Amino acid sequence: MTAVLKYVVAALAFVAAGAAQAATIAISCGAVGREFEICRKGAEAWAARTGNTVKLVSTPNSASERLALYQQLLGAHAPELDVLQIDIVWPGILANHLVDLSAAAARVHDAFFPQLIRNDTVAGRLVALPWFVDVGLLYYRSDLLTRHGLPVPRTWQELTDTATRIQQAERAAGASRMWGFVWQGRAYEGLTCDALEWLASQGGGTIVSPAGKITVNNPRAAAAIVLAASWVRHISPEGVLNYAEEESRGVFQSGQAVFMRNWPYAWNLLQSPESPVRGKVGIALLPAAPDGRPAAALGGQQLAVSRYSHNREAATSLILYLTGRAEQKRRALVGGYHPTIPALYDDPEILASSPLFRTLRHALDDAVARPSAVVGKDYNRVSYAFANAVHTVLAGQSDAESSLRALERQLRRLKRRGNWPAVASGKENR
Amino acid sequence: MSALTLRARRARSAWWLLAPMIAALILAAGWPLARTIWLSFTDATLADPTGYAWIGFANYLEHDQGQWYGVLADPEWWHAVRNTLIFAVVSVGLETVLGLAIALALNAPFRGRGLVRAAVLVPWAIPTVVSAKLWAWMLNDEFGILNHILLGLGLISTPVAWTANPDLALGAVIAVDVWKTTPFMVLLVLAGLQMLPQDCFEAARVDGVSTVKVFFRVTLPLLWPALAVAIAFRALDALRIFDLVYVLTANSTSTMSISVYARQQLIDFQDIGYGSAASTLVFLIVGLAAIAYLRLARVHPGETM
Repeated sequence: MTAVLKYVVAALAFVAAGAAQAATIAISCGAVGREFEICRKGAEAWAARTGNTVKLVSTPNSASERLALYQQLLGAHAPELDVLQIDIVWPGILANHLVDLSAAAARVHDAFFPQLIRNDTVAGRLVALPWFVDVGLLYYRSDLLTRHGLPVPRTWQELTDTATRIQQAERAAGASRMWGFVWQGRAYEGLTCDALEWLASQGGGTIVSPAGKITVNNPRAAAAIVLAASWVRHISPEGVLNYAEEESRGVFQSGQAVFMRNWPYAWNLLQSPESPVRGKVGIALLPAAPDGRPAAALGGQQLAVSRYSHNREAATSLILYLTGRAEQKRRALVGGYHPTIPALYDDPEILASSPLFRTLRHALDDAVARPSAVVGKDYNRVSYAFANAVHTVLAGQSDAESSLRALERQLRRLKRRGNWPAVASGKENR
Repeated sequence: MSALTLRARRARSAWWLLAPMIAALILAAGWPLARTIWLSFTDATLADPTGYAWIGFANYLEHDQGQWYGVLADPEWWHAVRNTLIFAVVSVGLETVLGLAIALALNAPFRGRGLVRAAVLVPWAIPTVVSAKLWAWMLNDEFGILNHILLGLGLISTPVAWTANPDLALGAVIAVDVWKTTPFMVLLVLAGLQMLPQDCFEAARVDGVSTVKVFFRVTLPLLWPALAVAIAFRALDALRIFDLVYVLTANSTSTMSISVYARQQLIDFQDIGYGSAASTLVFLIVGLAAIAYLRLARVHPGETM
């Protein structure tokens, strides 16, 4: 009798374990092409190892559309999506819908870059794990710098002078459409990143301090924006005011600019066989003030588990696998994704695969995060207000002082309604 | 037997026949509209769509610590209203004039008319997002074909940043809309032209009236009801303009229309309450414009269509 009972219990346990193992985890990562394929391979490797299955869900490629879709799904408490790939500025916005991973990731979370873990921690809860990073970089035409005997600029003023000189000389020599510097000037998230770099590297702060204080209205921030405004129509085409990443890469890659600020993705495209500037491009840290340190805007993607998932444990296991060392190394080698684990930047195989990784490591040390964790769900509003305030100065519609003063007023109101820092209000949602 | 007159019986069966449509309208348009208006009085956000509180008119207008806030106190909203009105008046005006001219030309018999009529419709047949993206590249300051041509002709000496320059961007949006939507005007006007009674024109010809006079004294008055309805259609459409502006210049303030403003509040800022207030105002503006226009044009849609 007891033997039979034992057998039944064992059989039931086996069935139960089987049922738990047969979880199907739906993950949203990337939408098309290579990104999708590389993610699928990683997720399927995990599935084969654990006996689960994965389902890849395609979500819109555009960040704002994807965020809107996530919010609709999460707002409806839909269990259809277990694992979400989220942008670095979304943890604050989506925190209430995401599982706290502190306990599950306790053993590994020291392995990641600390500023990424800080970015993904909202009101004391670790709501996402960093998957890959992006940082702003300075691309330069090494052939032009050599031809004119000039070094890679270390300060923004040097960049301005070098760009002016080379642009004038090249134009005089017949390259009539040569520009000095292209970047992202459209009033959108990209300008927030660019302008944050100008401010942070010249002592102008990070718009809102980590403690929630509005710091953007200060003379050094104003001076940084005034310097950038002086580029427009002089070393940057007027069109830069409507450029996103791809427009600036278009100008640079067709050989019509000396410098470009862009994300690491541009490197492989610039070095592709059909690129006119192949082999003539170098990368460096962004400039800073003479007494400052370069500040590259931190970008990248995180993985999070939805609170409404029916398979939280399996989903957590999947993201621990995907953000783990082995998988990040594979992704770095196969797809050029930049790991979120500092130790991987010492890996000889990764260092040998592309010259990017060495520069990136240094850029990451001084990378500056956008104030998304501290302002929480108000981030997009803060970012848009900041980008617009900067844009009006760049377009010559306003002066920096009054634009920043107006911005401060706007942010104060947001702060009062939104109860920054998010730490204070987040506690209610635990 | 019931004492209903034939007229009353007919009216009753008419209501029965209309009932399904009215029910569908209430479900498909009335309910979302009522919900949007309701949400505009709350502080709902996308982050937490279920937990919201009634906040009265605060989304529209509110006095807080010596400052006015709300959609109606937002200079960006009024800028969007201004953009939208300029866009609607200029684009519909140009489309009407061009549409009329092209329709008159296409109404005259000539060889290959069918082919030309079909070709005219091509811009209208391209989805707006596609044509907007197409134009975005043609208007690009560094690689755009437009700057290439103008530079080649020596009309400009440096490339023009059509969509980036705040003074030009709205003009560029209007130009693309005129390119795209003039065919729609042509189509409606052409249909109107072909309905006109030919005897009036023959009488005018017999009397030896000049062509210009025929146009202003005969064609235009006869065509007016059809034209007025076409303008009403276009104007209401133009007041809601979203896709073209969004693809060409995204959320840039220099071209932002009221619909782009509402979308930004709803989606980008996740502020359902505030965004619903903006959407409600969009609805009111379009509705009032429709009523005002129909009054001014003395058109009663039921009589012409």
